Amino acid sequence: MARGAAAARRGAAQRRLNRAGAGPRCPPGPRAGPPPAARPPPGPARASISTATVETVERPTKGAYTLAGVGRAYQQKGRTVHALSKVDLEIRSGDMVAVQGPTGGGKSTLLQLLGALDRPSTGTIALGGELLSQLGDARLGAIRGREIGFVFQHFNLIPTLTALENVETALVPLGVSAEERRSRASEALESVGLGERGGHLPSELSGGQQQRVAIARAIVKRPAVLLADEPTGNLDEETRDEIMNLLEGLWRDQGLTLVIVTHDSAVARRAQRRLHIKQGSVREVA
Amino acid sequence: MFTTYLRRELVHRRKHSLIIAIGMALAIALVVVVNAVSAGVSAAQSTALASVYGVGTDITVTQAAEPGEGGGGPGGFSFGADEGTTAEDGTTTLEQTQLSTARGITSFDAADLDTVLAVDGVEDATATLSLESTSFSGEIPDFGQTPTEGSTGGMPAPPSGGADGAGGSSFGVDSFSVEGIDLGGAALGPLSSVELADGRTFESTDGGADVAVLDASYAESAELAVGDVIEVGGAELEIIGTVASTSADAATASDVYLPLDTAQTLADLDGQVTTVYVQATGSDAVDAVQADLEGALPEATVSTQSDLASSVSGSLGTASDLVASLGTWLSIIVLLAAFLIAILFTISGVTRRTREFGTLKAIGWSNRRIVGQVAGESVVQSLLGGAIGIAVGLVAVLVINLAAPSLSTTSTGGDAAAGGAPGGTAEGMAGGMGGGPGFGQQATTVAADVTLNAPVTVGILAIAVGLAVIGGVLAGAIGGWRAARLRPAEALRSVA
Repeated sequence: MARGAAAARRGAAQRRLNRAGAGPRCPPGPRAGPPPAARPPPGPARASISTATVETVERPTKGAYTLAGVGRAYQQKGRTVHALSKVDLEIRSGDMVAVQGPTGGGKSTLLQLLGALDRPSTGTIALGGELLSQLGDARLGAIRGREIGFVFQHFNLIPTLTALENVETALVPLGVSAEERRSRASEALESVGLGERGGHLPSELSGGQQQRVAIARAIVKRPAVLLADEPTGNLDEETRDEIMNLLEGLWRDQGLTLVIVTHDSAVARRAQRRLHIKQGSVREVA
Repeated sequence: MFTTYLRRELVHRRKHSLIIAIGMALAIALVVVVNAVSAGVSAAQSTALASVYGVGTDITVTQAAEPGEGGGGPGGFSFGADEGTTAEDGTTTLEQTQLSTARGITSFDAADLDTVLAVDGVEDATATLSLESTSFSGEIPDFGQTPTEGSTGGMPAPPSGGADGAGGSSFGVDSFSVEGIDLGGAALGPLSSVELADGRTFESTDGGADVAVLDASYAESAELAVGDVIEVGGAELEIIGTVASTSADAATASDVYLPLDTAQTLADLDGQVTTVYVQATGSDAVDAVQADLEGALPEATVSTQSDLASSVSGSLGTASDLVASLGTWLSIIVLLAAFLIAILFTISGVTRRTREFGTLKAIGWSNRRIVGQVAGESVVQSLLGGAIGIAVGLVAVLVINLAAPSLSTTSTGGDAAAGGAPGGTAEGMAGGMGGGPGFGQQATTVAADVTLNAPVTVGILAIAVGLAVIGGVLAGAIGGWRAARLRPAEALRSVA
């Protein structure tokens, strides 16, 4: 059902994109949404992704994704692997989406495409009105630096930098002054409950604490989107719940669009929307 | 953040940084030592050459003797039947002195000096007449004596007389080098690198006078002093002074110095010279001047200092060859190895930090910033190695200078022969009349012991720092290029 609706919507989305002209910019409507605090709090989990077709134009688009006919194919040992095929998807600003599916099903590929780390082989991806699929590396890097926060399963902290400095790295691309960088990084660490641990190296922190530092690094630039790849995959249950509470709190307080890839159904159940990817196809889970 | 990140990387990856730094340090130290020793050897060569050719001389002009021309070196000694004095025992004492141009070269018209001075790029020039004084003295028994009384069997009695009284002969050959100096000429040539040891040197009023200045070592060996008289070319000249080389232990270019016109008169070579010493307007003009001189004086041999340097032999020559070949190649090889180590370790570091750089790219760091970070780390590691290398190199140079190795050198005039060694006396060369070729074979060489002093100049240090920077930038650029090529999606496999 979701696929049928998505197919119907794909035509509309493509028409919107075509109307936007030759440039990569997407459709009319407000470019950026209101400040996170002023955004309407996320509503109850939507049962379907098919409702966003026309309304999206009227709603804040910051942090909103539109995927139309997206496919991603790789060459692997002389044969073509279709990691994703013909994916139509709308993720509205402020959505909290969990992505589940078997290993090799295409979750990672989807997250890479949403994170502007890769480009689709076919179709288009728009974030906040900008067609990511048509942008160059430098522009994609700038969008990642400004709009998208990442949280990784293995935390991916720079081992030689302290917690505070790790958080600061996210502000470097924004050209923030050293003083402001430090101040904002401290605030971010405070907000994840690690205000006192800023001078510690990652190796001196527990797994949960390292993930909190990674979350602080992801949110310190006040992104529109937070993409989390198995954020609790390396944590025990208690710490998992702490991290999920933290992410959920941030999502609620800051109006983030939160996409979480997880194998953990307990985590997925906390999301508004749940997507299941299998063999490159996406379906909404009711 | 750049500095903080860089500092933390260097501190936390100490082993990695140290290996790169040590490799670079070794190479830089070697470059410093080789350059310093090379400069020291060059200075030693210049010192050795200056003792022969004087200070400031860039080019010498000589003319080689044509085969069969008979030029250069003493001719044969010829004695008529009535020459010499005969003692009562029938022994005849013969003495003869010749003053001729030094072996292997011939004299040419002094007017060529004007030709030289007219060439563009010639700052100054002066001419000298290099001569060789060879004296023969000996005793010959009377081989024509009739048998003396008491002889038996009609056999003639063995000759008597001679040096041993038993009829043997005894000959002695003494030679020394003589240099005619143009008193009104430029401050170039052999006397420009000497200092007065005793008496006085020439004054302009000495032109044509029967006066001589002696090399101090020759004067000592010949037991001559200021105020004595020396016989040159049959004339008795008053010794007015002695000179010594400014270079310790080195002899001066000639044994005896005379005013040019006096030398020309005594050698019967009026208006002739053998060597023109030329100073160019600058080191960059030397090659052009050499070419112009060869064009203006087609029969002349025009030699530059670098040509002359090849005439330096002995352990100094060996050291020069060693530095030029082994030292230079060793430096290049070690330097390339150090660069390779730095590059490989940087690439290995980038590979090990793939996820780290992928993460930085994911959070928006540009390729330029990442390349700059990698290159910065690499340059600092190399500079660190460079600093250690300079320190080690300086210590090594200090050790060399404290040890002060002495290099012996024999500077052979070759085709630019000018000057001679302290005149050796070819005593005991018994038998055979006539001083043909073979006499005075050492007349065109100067032997000296030169202490090697390896200088460290700002230029050498600049080269060392420059090489360290180049090594760092090279390694950083290649490592950075590797980092820039990383696709964030591939680098972040954990995202997948």
